[in-house]
Amino acid sequence: MIDATNTSDASLPAIDVAGLECGYDGKVLLKNLNFQVKRGEIFFIIGGSGCGKSTLLRHMIGLRPPTAGTVNFFGECFNTADAARQREMLKRIGVLYQGGALWSSLTLLENVMLPLAEYTPLTPFERQELAAMKLAQVGLTGYECYFPDEISGGMKKRAGLARALALDPAIVFFDEPSAGLDPITSRKLDELIVNLRDLLGMTCVVVSHELASIFAIADRVIMLDKATKGVIASGDPRLLVKDSADPRVREFFGRGEDARQKPSP
Amino acid sequence: MPEKPTPTNAHADPRVLTQLKDDWLVVELRGTWRITEPRPVWADLRGGLEARRVKLKWGKLENWDSALLLFVFEVRQWCRVQGAYCDLTELPVAMQKLLGQLLVANETKVNFDRASDFLSTVGFAAQDAWAKTREIATFVGECVLSASYLAREPKKFRARDCLDQMQQCGAMALPIVSLISLLVGLIMAYQSAILMRQFGADIYVADAVGLLMVREMGSMMTAIILAGRTGAAFAATLGNMKAGEEIDALSTFGIRPVDFLVMPRLVALAVMMPLLALYANCLGIFGGMLVALGLLDIPPAAYWVQTQSAIDLSDVATGLIKASAFGLLVGLAGCHCGLRADRSAEGVGRAATSAVVMGLLLIIVSDAIFAVVFNIFGL
Repeated sequence: MIDATNTSDASLPAIDVAGLECGYDGKVLLKNLNFQVKRGEIFFIIGGSGCGKSTLLRHMIGLRPPTAGTVNFFGECFNTADAARQREMLKRIGVLYQGGALWSSLTLLENVMLPLAEYTPLTPFERQELAAMKLAQVGLTGYECYFPDEISGGMKKRAGLARALALDPAIVFFDEPSAGLDPITSRKLDELIVNLRDLLGMTCVVVSHELASIFAIADRVIMLDKATKGVIASGDPRLLVKDSADPRVREFFGRGEDARQKPSP
Repeated sequence: MPEKPTPTNAHADPRVLTQLKDDWLVVELRGTWRITEPRPVWADLRGGLEARRVKLKWGKLENWDSALLLFVFEVRQWCRVQGAYCDLTELPVAMQKLLGQLLVANETKVNFDRASDFLSTVGFAAQDAWAKTREIATFVGECVLSASYLAREPKKFRARDCLDQMQQCGAMALPIVSLISLLVGLIMAYQSAILMRQFGADIYVADAVGLLMVREMGSMMTAIILAGRTGAAFAATLGNMKAGEEIDALSTFGIRPVDFLVMPRLVALAVMMPLLALYANCLGIFGGMLVALGLLDIPPAAYWVQTQSAIDLSDVATGLIKASAFGLLVGLAGCHCGLRADRSAEGVGRAATSAVVMGLLLIIVSDAIFAVVFNIFGL
């Protein structure tokens, strides 16, 4: 929550990625990645399909070990830390997966209560109160006792977000939050991310290629490229779209403009 | 009034200082508050102090999260119960907003009880049973229609898929069928030897093992193995396909899922099951022969001659007819449960379990029916 970090040194970035090389099964998808994410920032990782956005996310949250380089959270290296320390660091990280990834045998309230039961000394009543509040924060009051297969895709994502926020993480990762949502639901989810960031002070890292979301809520972006296997642009998307001379960047951001124009006969 | 600090081990621990000024109880919040760590308990801090007015003061707070929120909520709720005034104006806006959200969540009644009464439960169960019966009947009907359609349009039959399924449920099942059948033959020979020896009729072990294997155990044990192995696999595969909307994609192309997915599997099982049963019969008889040789000193040649005299073609035929029927039933159960699975990981698991249970049930019930029918026809 508010400055809920492991360090009192506020000058350290929330995330510092240095020389990271990502890949799997002997394939290198991304190499020599260097970037930082500031505290309280909404940071987007963007790029075309297959450029390695989700792979980078999986490396950052420790689901895949990097072949080279480091990922530091608040100045502490995650991938060289021992298993116990990694577990401690993961408590400060929340992840919203693409489809919500709710546990299907548990109700929404139980989904949010599970991390609280696992990691906090709260009483069952307090856990329930807090979980209900988290669901209320994402606009799911009244759905506490619903099972995941009884709610819509957008609601699943919001419930997934409530679960990601259960332990008041300092950093929340979002994997394609707008995927599969209609524009209105998608915009509401974007607004929710901004509101929660403003209220809770968390750092948000969003993997997406939705231009509407990028321009609506991103403070800063990095753009990945499949051919280069690295970052080809970084900065404020509103400036990038105007100033970037790179044709790949212009093409990516130009899609939105093209789509709004009527194709010539 | 002296300050009452909470017990603390480190500077960063959550700390609360309480001070009584006039009729105000000033509660100052300090330190680091983490939801994953224990936090001070208001009832312990308050001790015997009584106040008509409580002021929450934002002190030297390093970090805070929901742990502090819950503490503030606890104080506020205590004030409410005691009828004391609670001053929260010194708290930052973010904390006040979060407190408001927690209060709303607290006042919203969560309806946990979704269970219905006994009569409703029985009613719903009866409705469910009736719906399932209709579903099964419909599915069997769809399979019959599909079979007649494919008989008229044999080119539409997915022969390649069928061969692949034959490989999966037939050839790949040979090791487990071999082991189980051999052991069943051994067990039956041991058990019948105990009885036969009492009458000096050791050689009739061959009759008992041969007849039982060929008429009953060969087909039934194979069917049970395939219900667990193949029926569950059918249900899981089709359930996953349903969850991944592959079945919907077939339907939107105008391709009936039963033609495309179910019939190749049913045919594969109906063909492979008699072959596997025949193989199981041989292995079972061989198992009996081993026991006869080792335990009863009956030479294999004598055992084989005795087996041949005990079994005729009608015994083999009845076993194979049953095996083919069991194959169809196991396939039907697996495919039905898979196509009716819920679109979730749990739904797929439930479908696989149901397929095994339904398959076993159908095997036993149909075996009983076969016993009666064969008896009537003198087979």
